Amino acid sequence: MTKEYKTITEISGPLVFLEKTEPVGYGELVLINLPDGTTKRGQVLDTSADLVAVQVFEGTGGLNEESGVVFTGETIKLPVSKDMLGRILSGSGEPLDGGPRIIPEDRVDVNGASMNPYSRMPPEDFIQTGISTIDGTNTLVRGQKLPIFSGSGLPHNEIALQIARQAKVPGSTEEFAVVFAAMGITSEEAQYFMEDFEKTGALERAVVFLNLADDPAVERLITPRMALTAAEYLAYEHDMHVLVILTDITNYCEALRQMGAAREEVPGRRGYPGYMYTDLASLYERAGVIKGRKGSVTQFSILTMPGDDITHPIPDLSGYITEGQIVVSRELHRKGIYPPINVLPSLSRLMNSGIGAGKTRDDHKAVSDQMYAAYAEGRDLRGLVAIVGKEALSERDQRILEFADLFEDRFVRQGRDEDRTIEDTLNVSWSILAELPEALLTRVDNKYIQKYHPAHKGK
Amino acid sequence: MKGEIYRVAGPVVTIRGIRPKMYDVVHVGHEGLMGEVIRIQGDKATVQVYEDTSGIRPGEPVVNTGMSLSVELGPGLLESIYDGIQRPLRVLQEKMGDFIQRGVTANGLDRERVWEFKPIAKNGDSVKGGDVLGLVQETENIEHKIMVPPTVSGTISEIKSGSFKVDETICVLASGTEISMMQKWPVRKPRPVGKKLMPNRPLITGQRILDGLFPVAKGGTAAIPGPFGSGKTVTQQQLAKWSDTDIVVYIGCGERGNEMADVLNEFPELQDPKTGRPLMERTVLIANTSNMPVAAREASVYTGITIAEYYRDMGYDVSLMADSTSRWAEAMREISSRLEEMPGEEGYPAYLSARLSEFYERAGYVRTLEGKEGSITVIGAVSPPGGDFSEPVTQNTLRIVKVFWALDAKLAQRRHFPSINWLTSYSLYTQGLADWFTENVAPDWVPLRDHAMDLLQQEAELQEIVQLVGSDALPEDQQIVLEIARMIREYFLQQNAFHPVDTYCPFDKQYKLLKAISKYGEMATAALESGIPMKDILSVESKDELAKVKFEEDFQSALDTVMTKMDKEFAQLGGK
Repeated sequence: MTKEYKTITEISGPLVFLEKTEPVGYGELVLINLPDGTTKRGQVLDTSADLVAVQVFEGTGGLNEESGVVFTGETIKLPVSKDMLGRILSGSGEPLDGGPRIIPEDRVDVNGASMNPYSRMPPEDFIQTGISTIDGTNTLVRGQKLPIFSGSGLPHNEIALQIARQAKVPGSTEEFAVVFAAMGITSEEAQYFMEDFEKTGALERAVVFLNLADDPAVERLITPRMALTAAEYLAYEHDMHVLVILTDITNYCEALRQMGAAREEVPGRRGYPGYMYTDLASLYERAGVIKGRKGSVTQFSILTMPGDDITHPIPDLSGYITEGQIVVSRELHRKGIYPPINVLPSLSRLMNSGIGAGKTRDDHKAVSDQMYAAYAEGRDLRGLVAIVGKEALSERDQRILEFADLFEDRFVRQGRDEDRTIEDTLNVSWSILAELPEALLTRVDNKYIQKYHPAHKGK
Repeated sequence: MKGEIYRVAGPVVTIRGIRPKMYDVVHVGHEGLMGEVIRIQGDKATVQVYEDTSGIRPGEPVVNTGMSLSVELGPGLLESIYDGIQRPLRVLQEKMGDFIQRGVTANGLDRERVWEFKPIAKNGDSVKGGDVLGLVQETENIEHKIMVPPTVSGTISEIKSGSFKVDETICVLASGTEISMMQKWPVRKPRPVGKKLMPNRPLITGQRILDGLFPVAKGGTAAIPGPFGSGKTVTQQQLAKWSDTDIVVYIGCGERGNEMADVLNEFPELQDPKTGRPLMERTVLIANTSNMPVAAREASVYTGITIAEYYRDMGYDVSLMADSTSRWAEAMREISSRLEEMPGEEGYPAYLSARLSEFYERAGYVRTLEGKEGSITVIGAVSPPGGDFSEPVTQNTLRIVKVFWALDAKLAQRRHFPSINWLTSYSLYTQGLADWFTENVAPDWVPLRDHAMDLLQQEAELQEIVQLVGSDALPEDQQIVLEIARMIREYFLQQNAFHPVDTYCPFDKQYKLLKAISKYGEMATAALESGIPMKDILSVESKDELAKVKFEEDFQSALDTVMTKMDKEFAQLGGK
C-alpha cells in the first residue's frame, strides 16, 4: 500500500478529486506528499470506480497536480496509551508540547462504534460540581452529556474550568481524568485554559487536543473524535471516570457547513447540512456507562448560541440529543451575577436518577421543584411590576417577587473558587425558601418542612 | 447472482452488474452489509446500507436476496429488544460485545426456543388467510395466536400438536403448503384487514389531562409535538407503561442511548396495573439510537408497525409509540439528500407528506381477516426544530392525526407536568367517545369536563386583564373563577410521573377529583352570593388540603375527609 498516485484532476477548497486505478475504501486515511516535501493528511469522502474525493485536514494550501497521493488502506486511527495523560496534542493528534510521540498501547478507529443500548447502564451517580445552579437544580450525573449553551462574551470558559477543577463524586476515590478538546478557539482562550490547568495541577490528569482558530477548519471535524476516542480508551480500558470538555461546538458545526458547501451538497436549515443531527449525535452519544465496566465518559461541551438564539439549528439540534442543557444568561451576567446561569431554560434530564435519599438528600427534588416554580412566577411578576408598580401587587405576590431576587443573589451567585457541597447548596435553598410563607410551599411534603425548614429544624 | 460495488458515499452505495427490484434487500461488500435498493438507474442501482460503510471499496461483491425488507413474526416477539431492522440487541451484544460492529446478522426470532403449540383447527378444516390454527402461551398473560399467513388458503391435511421451534412445520395444507409458527412480512406493505371500523372506545392512559380533556380512541392517531425539554419522552413512556392495551410497541427512533437504557432497565421491573405482571411481557421495544446507522432508523418505524399489525390481526388492542417521528423524517431527508433528489420544504423530500400519511394510515380499529376486532393506536412524538410548530413535519403530521397534545416549554419551565397546553391541544374524538364516557365513567362526566374546559378558557382571558391591572382589580366572581381554574390546573392537570401513586390515575379517581374541585366551585359561588367575604372563601383550609389527596395511597378516605371538612367549613362560614 505504498503506491503513490499523481492523478489529481481537481482541487476545490478543502477537497481534492483524483482519478485512480485501484479501489479505495470509503473513509480511508490518505497521505498527500507535496512537491515541497511536506505531507498532509486527508480522508476519503466519496469513492467510485472512476473518481475519488478526498477531504484534506490540514488545508489544500500548496497542493497542486504534481502532489502524490497515498491511500493507507485503513480508516483514521488514534494511537492511544495511558501516557497520554498530561500531554498536549494537535487537533489531529500530533504532539504539540515538544514531548516524544505517544507510544501506542493500541490504535483505535476515531469514529468509534455505537454503543449497544442494551449494554448501557442508566447513569445515576451524582457528580458534585460545587456550583449550586447545577448541583441543586440541574444535577449532573456520571455518563451524562450536558452542554453549556452560552453566548459570545459570556463567562462560559470560567464556568467550564470551575467545573473541571471541582467536579467529584462525593465519597469516591476512583481515578478521574479530563479530556479537553479545543475546536477553533483563539490562542488566547486556549492559553487561558492551559494556564489554569497548569496552575491547578489539573494538566497531569488531562489530555489536551488543540485545534485553534487559525488551524484548518477541516481538522475540526476530526478533533472531537480524537478526543472522544482517547476518553473512551481511558474510561473503558483503564477504568477512569473521564470528563470530556469540547469547546466550541459552534465552530465544529461551522466547519461542517463549510465542508458541505465545498461538496456542493443540498443545504438544510440555515445552510447547515441535513445530516447535522446524525453527525452531532455521533459525538454526543459517545458518553455513558457500560454495564460491567468501571469507567465512564461524561460530556460537558460548550456551545455559543449565535445571537443568543436558542432556536438556532446548532443549539436546537444539540438540545434534542444531549441530556439537558445549562443556559448562561446575558441578563444575569449584566446584573453582575456569577455564574450567570438561568435555571429556567436549563434542564438536566438525568437529574431524577441522580438525586434523593442515599445519593444527595431526600428533600432534593421537592426543594428544586419548589424553587423553580417560585422563581418562574417571580420573574413573571417582574414584568407585571414594570407596568403596575410594586404597590399594586398582593402581599403574596410581593413575597414571591422578593424570593426571585433572593434566589439570584444567594443561590445563583457564588464565588469563582467557591466549592459548595450539596449540603451547602440545599441549606442555602432552605434559607431562601424560608422567606416565603409556608402555605406557598405546595410542592414540598410536610415531613421535609418539619425536617429542614429553618423555622422547624431541630425542634 | 453477483454484482459489484461501483461507488460508496456514506450510507449510500451504488452497485452494478445485477438487476434487482425496488426495495430488494442486498448484501454488499465482503462483510455482507445489509442494504435496501432505493433507486434503479440504467445498469446501476442505489442501495441504502443499514450499517457503517467505512473501508468498503468499489469492486467488492454484492449479492441480491431477491426479498424486500421483512420482519419475522411469531412467538418470541414480546419481551424482545430490537434494533431498527429487527436484530435482537441482546444477541448482538453476545456476538460482538458492548459496541455494535457491522456485518453481524441475527434472526429476529430465536430459532432454538421451543414453544408449546395447541391446535384449534382440525384436519379437513378449510382455512384462509388470518384464520387461527392454534395457540401458543407466549407470556403469562398473552396468548399468541398462530394464524394462516394472509396470502395462504386451503384445506388442512395435517395439523400437529406439541412442542416446536418457530420454523418447524405445524400444519400442512392439501396443496402441500407447509405452515410454521413463523411468518415473514415485508415491512413497507400494510398487512390486510377485513374492514376498517370507526373507533368508539377510548384508550385509557391513567394520565388525567389525556383521559380527561383530550382522549384518544383505540385505533386512533395522536401526535405529541414539543420543543426539547418539554417532556415528550416522559409522556410517551407514561403512555407505554399505563395504556390499557394488550400489546405495546415502543420505537425509540433516533433518540438518546441513555434514555433507551433507562427504558430497557425500567420496563422489566414495572408492573402492568391490570395483571400485576412485568410490563415487558406485553412489550416489544425497538431501539435505534441517534448514533446508530441512519438507514436503519428510517426502517425502524416500519419494523415497529408491522409487528403491531401482526398482533392486531390476532384481535388484540395494540398501542404503538414512536419517539420521535421527526428523527425518522430527518433520516428520510438525509438519504434523499445523498441521492441528490430535488428537495421540498426545508430540505425534506417532496414525498414526506405521503410517507407520513401512509404510516399513520396503518393505525385503526379494524375487523380482522378472521372477523375479530383489533386496533392499533399510533402515538407519534414530533420534535419541531426550535419548538416551531409551523415546520413541515409537525404540519404534515397535524393534517393526519386526530389528537394533538401540544407540549409547552413555558409550562415545563414552571415544572407544570405533564406540560401539555390545555388551550392549544385538541381531540377530535371527544364527541365520538361521549357515549362511552357517559355510560362507563359517570352520567355527568361530559358536562363536568366541558365546564372545566370552559373555566380554563375563561382564565386565559382573565389572565390578560390581570397582567395589566393585577388580580385585585377583578370583580369577586371572576376572582373565584381564577381560583377554581388554578385548582384545576394544579390539582387535576398536574400529575407527577415519578410519584408512585400519582403516576397512574384510574378514571374513577379522575372523576372524583374533578367533581371535588367543581363542588368547591359551586359552594364558593353560592357563599359569595350569600354575602360571605371573598377572603374567607379563599382561606378555606380544606381547599388547600385538596391539593394533596391525589398523592394519597388511600385516595377515597383522604378525599372523604377533606370533603367532609369542606362541608363543615362552608357551613361555619354561612353561620357567621
